[in-house]
Amino acid sequence: MNGTTVKRFLPLGIFVVLVGFLAIGLTLNPREVPSPLINKPVPPFKLAVLSAPDKTIAAQDMLGKVWLLNVWASWCVACRIEHPHLVDLAKTNQVPIYGLNYKDKSAAAIAWLANFGNPYTASLVDADGLVGIDLGVYGVPETFVVDKQGVIRYKQIGPVTPEVLRDTILPLVKKLSAG
Amino acid sequence: MKLFFTALLLCIGLTGHAKVAPNTSADPVLEARMMVIAEELRCLVCQNETIAASHADLAVDLKNQIRIKLTEGQSQKQILDFMVQRYGDFVLYRPPLKTSTVLLWAGPFALLAIAVMILVLNVRRRRLAALPVVLSDADAAKARALLATPP
Repeated sequence: MNGTTVKRFLPLGIFVVLVGFLAIGLTLNPREVPSPLINKPVPPFKLAVLSAPDKTIAAQDMLGKVWLLNVWASWCVACRIEHPHLVDLAKTNQVPIYGLNYKDKSAAAIAWLANFGNPYTASLVDADGLVGIDLGVYGVPETFVVDKQGVIRYKQIGPVTPEVLRDTILPLVKKLSAG
Repeated sequence: MKLFFTALLLCIGLTGHAKVAPNTSADPVLEARMMVIAEELRCLVCQNETIAASHADLAVDLKNQIRIKLTEGQSQKQILDFMVQRYGDFVLYRPPLKTSTVLLWAGPFALLAIAVMILVLNVRRRRLAALPVVLSDADAAKARALLATPP
């Protein structure tokens, strides 16, 4: 290959590299920001239970079991998309699902659950969104997988799909429950 | 179709009155300090805006958090660390220099260096090409002989 051939194909080469980068960029989802909370303990919380506001659940009450924490709200449109899948999952009794009712009005939240079904072992009331901030929540719905030691092992941003449940979340739950 | 436009108009209506700068505290000094920090932070709901510029619910909440932490006497660094612990480096408009961000920081300079190198090489080559051509004695003689021969 002599100098002129190199020169002739150089722009094409640069173009191909650029297209390559752009193509990879298209497959990435800019909304999925890697969470710094993976492999960190669940931030401490003590929140009222939606169905029984005089009762509270704290982070340390959950130690010893693998559980899902699903951040939801009655105003959240995407939550309606994932909700049937959570209801289905709850029926299989594979893993307890706890809800974090994020910046919601309790009456609206209770009505919403009555309407669409309640997959949650309990829903925790985070009316001012402070626990949401501690969890780095920015796009409801979000779902966390927490292990027996209370460490966050996975975070799903956006609706949980049957594929994510089948391929990622449930295998992880099985692995963590065994360990 | 009519329904679609009605829905569209409704949506515009919804975005239109999205919160007008609530929770502005009475203290202008605190507000200014809060804004300095908020300018450094990316709003994760609307990723190309700072928290200072955004009126998204989360941005409003985070601005409140900054106010609270400032009144508690926390430093700017402590507050930025608080945000990074929760939302990751992505929340910073000026991400720290790490192995994963080296390309981000050094990339533009590397490209500049390559461009300057190409420029220097090109200029040098052109200068060489522009040098006056010196004929060797043998070539001069050959040329003279060619010119002398009648066509």
